[in-house]
Amino acid sequence: MNRIIAVENLSESVIKLEIEAPRIAKKRKAGHFVIVKLGLKGERIPLTISSANVEKGTITLIIQKVGVTSHKMALLKVGDKITDIVGPLGQATHIEKVGTVLCAGGGVGTAPLLPIVEAMHKAGNRVITVLAARNKDLIILEKEMRAFSDEVIVMTDDGSYGKQGLVTHGMEEVIKREKVDKAITIGPAIMMKFSSMLTKKYNIPTEASLNAIMVDGTGMCGACRVSVGGATKFVCVDGPEFNAHEVNFDELLSRLGGFKEQEYKAYQTYLEGLKKATV
Amino acid sequence: MENIIDYLKQERSQEWRTELRKSMKSKDRTTRVRIQMPEENPVERAKSNIEVNTGFSVQMAVEEARRCLDCPDPTCIQGCPVNINIPKFIKYIEKQDFKMAARTLKETNALPAVCGRVCPQEIQCENSCFYTQKLKKTPVAIGNLERFAADWERNSGDMYIPEVAPSNGIKVAIIGSGPSGLAAAGDLIKLGYSVSVFEALHEPGGVLKYGIPEFRLPNEIVDVEIDNLKKMGVEFINNFIVGKTATIEDLKEEGYQAFFAGSGAGLPNFMNIPGENYNGIMSSNEYLTRVNLMNAAKEDYDTPVFLGKNVAVIGGGNTAMDSVRTAKRLGADKAMIIYRRSIEEMPARNEEIKHAQEEGIEFLNLNSPIEYFADKKGHVNKMRLQKMELGEPDASGRRRPIPIEGSEYDIETDLVIVSVGVSPNPLIPQSLPGLNVSRWGTIIVDENEMQSSIPELFAGGDIVRGGATVILAMGDGRNAAAGIHKYLQNKNKK
Repeated sequence: MNRIIAVENLSESVIKLEIEAPRIAKKRKAGHFVIVKLGLKGERIPLTISSANVEKGTITLIIQKVGVTSHKMALLKVGDKITDIVGPLGQATHIEKVGTVLCAGGGVGTAPLLPIVEAMHKAGNRVITVLAARNKDLIILEKEMRAFSDEVIVMTDDGSYGKQGLVTHGMEEVIKREKVDKAITIGPAIMMKFSSMLTKKYNIPTEASLNAIMVDGTGMCGACRVSVGGATKFVCVDGPEFNAHEVNFDELLSRLGGFKEQEYKAYQTYLEGLKKATV
Repeated sequence: MENIIDYLKQERSQEWRTELRKSMKSKDRTTRVRIQMPEENPVERAKSNIEVNTGFSVQMAVEEARRCLDCPDPTCIQGCPVNINIPKFIKYIEKQDFKMAARTLKETNALPAVCGRVCPQEIQCENSCFYTQKLKKTPVAIGNLERFAADWERNSGDMYIPEVAPSNGIKVAIIGSGPSGLAAAGDLIKLGYSVSVFEALHEPGGVLKYGIPEFRLPNEIVDVEIDNLKKMGVEFINNFIVGKTATIEDLKEEGYQAFFAGSGAGLPNFMNIPGENYNGIMSSNEYLTRVNLMNAAKEDYDTPVFLGKNVAVIGGGNTAMDSVRTAKRLGADKAMIIYRRSIEEMPARNEEIKHAQEEGIEFLNLNSPIEYFADKKGHVNKMRLQKMELGEPDASGRRRPIPIEGSEYDIETDLVIVSVGVSPNPLIPQSLPGLNVSRWGTIIVDENEMQSSIPELFAGGDIVRGGATVILAMGDGRNAAAGIHKYLQNKNKK
């Protein structure tokens, strides 16, 4: 169990891992996540399940190197085992036929968006997907998205691929062009904040999948709490998806930065250790 | 019940016990003074994780055991939720047969080293001791003697593994590896069932591991007790959430015939006051889990934790005491308890309050937070408190705190730990639509056998009680094990 059977580099900093986890593969639905822990001294981090193969009994996780744990994960090889994986956790995405669904994925947020795009497509919706990232290298899963989308619009900040501009530019282009019945936004909190502000302007019901800090992931600790419509919710058991127009993104942004200094320091120490080890 | 009384009489009339009783006059026993539990120096212990109570020496234990009168009607046993044969184990200590004392504990208690440390004996066995009830004297130190016997056995390196009945091949699933689940597992394995314990976290032990700090209950002791259950044949499966990883229906298809839900009180309560979601404000569950389970305060572990200088813990229960004393040990200059009633109404054990006071914890009683403030980065730096006075007793029988208008004042703080209770974990009820639950989300069970509205599902501990003690959870686990045994015997007879 938890053995890695395939590793693929999607970009310099983004890695796709296919992991043996037959029980989770069987139970997971779009929107679910797992908690992963590496080694005896590792921390517990949440990662959304990108896809699963029930026959093979595997799940796919996509990780961007941003800190100690994600960097350690990116160094794993075929045959390695992940010490602990638990899930599937959270509430599954509510999938129904609503008409046209606009899906916006920012950076590595594209990974959790993929199963939702797939499910929305299979439910008979017209799906338009906007993929956005800083540059061409960070655009991931474009081919997979095209398989389940009626249209894919690629946006890069620097114009190195697709159109130059932000995710909101691509979204607004669609909204102005045709009737959108629902929007889904997944990516960095700041990207979700602005795409949510945009769809609110046009009164389009919007879901955002929040990437809060968690410890246990089962509702026990409350580290992931977020204000939604003025009430405190736990992302791990009440979410991870919420009505984006009710989410207090500024609070989410602040809480995501809660351990920033410690995380930065730990990552620098880790990277120095890696450098020493290779010299 | 008749059987138990007969059994106790029979045990009491054993020759060695009769001789031991005769060896000393009752008066010579009752005039002895209770031996005090030795403690680490408060200044030293507040800097480290060493256990506060250092444990009885052999001499102290034997001396204290002599106080026990070996009563013909041992009322102490009725005060024990897991019905330990208390006079028997204490008399074995007096006889200096510590091995048999430990075995006696294990007849009914899967976790004696744990219970000897964290049980509130003062309101249970020791409260129903003949000394307390009839002589109006300090009771026999039953809890400290229990700890002594369990520790002696563990340190002897020769742990007794209780005998188990031959396997009957019937699979039973225990959901959650906290105190109720471990107690249920211990009894069911003895009866010959094939027992699997499913744990959501990456290590078994539940609140014994993530909640209770090292200085009250070292994790190593919990591990030894879990290891004993493994040796008896109990299977532990970590990283498995029943209701998510697999449902009860799935497990039934895999051959499990009965279930015990001991999934605990998951969700921490918050007060819903302005600013409560600032960084540096967290539940005691989060704080203690980071420190106890994830070892966040140790340099070489990956999980981070805030090390506050001015730490405010909101609440007056044992968990609040655990949190504030942990903060002190992690270097807080000021570690405060903020509680809305007076010290007399605090739900924490007197021993915990006393230890906290000795360690320099400040108590801001009759105070309640009403708002938090933060710096530019969104980290808490100040809290507004309101003073309270006590009014008439409320439903809990404690005097109700009433806010004093205009008494608000601010204090500096950089870490706030909210310890105002927990709500039941909704994962099991959510996955079982047919299950009867109370309006608080606790599972409704038959009080004697702990059976829920779904016949094959039994439950106990905080998921039933909402928030109680380790020993009450263990009592539930034992009752449920008996209930499951009865249910499966009837079912498989048909």
